[in-house]
Amino acid sequence: MSGRFSAWSLLRAGLTGQRSWPAQWRAAAPKAGYEAVIIGGGGHGLAAAYYLAREHGIRDVAVLEKGWIGGGNTGRNTTIIRSNYLFAESSALYDHAVKLWESLSQELNYNVMYSPRGVLMLAHSVHDEQVFRRHIHANFVNGVDNEWLSAAEAKAYCPPLNISRDLRYPVLGGALQRRGGTARHDAVAWGYARAASALGVDIIENCEVTGLRLDGQGAVTAIETGRGLIACRRVGVSAAGHSSVVMNMAGVRLPLESYPLQALVSEPVKPVFPCVVMSNTIHAYISQSDKGELVIGASTDAYTSYTQRGALHVSLHTLEAICELFPAFRRLRMLRNWGGIVDVTPDRSPIIAKTPVPGLYVNCGWGTGGFKATPGAGHLLAWTMAHDAPHRLNAPFTIERFRDGTLIDEAAAAAVSH
Amino acid sequence: MLLIPCPECGPRAELEFSYGGEAHIARPQPDAVLDAEQWAAYQYGRRNDRGPHAERWRHARGCGRFFNVIRDTTNDRILAVYRIGEPRPRGGAAGSAADGAAGGAP
Repeated sequence: MSGRFSAWSLLRAGLTGQRSWPAQWRAAAPKAGYEAVIIGGGGHGLAAAYYLAREHGIRDVAVLEKGWIGGGNTGRNTTIIRSNYLFAESSALYDHAVKLWESLSQELNYNVMYSPRGVLMLAHSVHDEQVFRRHIHANFVNGVDNEWLSAAEAKAYCPPLNISRDLRYPVLGGALQRRGGTARHDAVAWGYARAASALGVDIIENCEVTGLRLDGQGAVTAIETGRGLIACRRVGVSAAGHSSVVMNMAGVRLPLESYPLQALVSEPVKPVFPCVVMSNTIHAYISQSDKGELVIGASTDAYTSYTQRGALHVSLHTLEAICELFPAFRRLRMLRNWGGIVDVTPDRSPIIAKTPVPGLYVNCGWGTGGFKATPGAGHLLAWTMAHDAPHRLNAPFTIERFRDGTLIDEAAAAAVSH
Repeated sequence: MLLIPCPECGPRAELEFSYGGEAHIARPQPDAVLDAEQWAAYQYGRRNDRGPHAERWRHARGCGRFFNVIRDTTNDRILAVYRIGEPRPRGGAAGSAADGAAGGAP
């Protein structure tokens, strides 16, 4: 590995002007063929490549990224991590990721700044409270922590919160998952890229996939890219908002629609916000990054699009909610806003599965909540590719569930309205 | 925000409209015999086009009517607008012949 991080190496580099750091991963050119290829160099794809090499001994692996590592949704989300989903299948899936987050910095020898500062989901009506209490009970049964806070307890946990009864939608309380929190999104991509590269994985940026070749039996044999043809019989697609586009190249139509999802950050301020707060009802979610910016998530636009930008009225709606819940932030200025393209399934649950095309696997449909699942999704995609069969945890998350009617409807837990 | 040309009312702000999803998905006839695969394709399969995309909009806070729009999903430009029941225009549309055949379904 190109220089292991330790207290000693940080001290030495600090004393020598930080000029001694080598490149953190190799800039690879594509070979003629690989044992396994991952399409999509975001956190999920890089994690899958890492676990293929680390846990399954498959090191002849390439990650193909049409832009740059982590430049898609990995760099565009609001970095929230939680696992308080309603159904047993979902809470097991998301909690698998949370457990991996807990030791990820040590595993990768790279500080991903995982911070379990608590995720507080606000209730604004009797119905909200009933739904959250149902979630809390379901989570309890499934061994996932989640607890009810009264409005006063929520205020004590998050002092900037406005619990006045005069709000249009007053805060009646909230569900708190203490193990939830945030991580540094770029570091997750870079950490997985560095660790995968050290195990022999080729990370190939600026390499857009333009076609998939199938043999007479319909199995995948090669990938056409902007940088030449790559032979491969084991291909994992982890292309987020562009999953439909890539899978169409193999003639597979997925139950996905791609929408822009917006986020924005404020000017940086001193530490003022201790946790993550989400409100599904009036639609706002907010946390503070270690740089001091308030990171705010808006909702999806009404229509499908691949533009990576959203309409202003969508983020304004969220800012109105933020100003109502946190009046102290009314005079903060917003520095940047942007959009990412999220692939949404009809039941708001992901697909991590084999496809009708032998040798082709897909990890998609994470919709508005993919970041939190990064380690788990990569781990399970790698497992599925290595065994040509799903892991127990992702076995329910097939494409066929839409045919068989075994949906995992997490529309209420998905938080972002869409 | 999109400026959407309603065929009845002219150009109006997106806020007046609601999105109706992919156009030309014809509901199977009541007496059609479909297997689970075909039902799933009708119910959940979506083109999710990157490029010209035929979709329905409803002028919910105006005339209330549904109509069809072809919009390029790579830049959100509206390429064509046509009424329910009219065939999908050829210009700027990458749709297959099957879409044209199914045209007219709301």
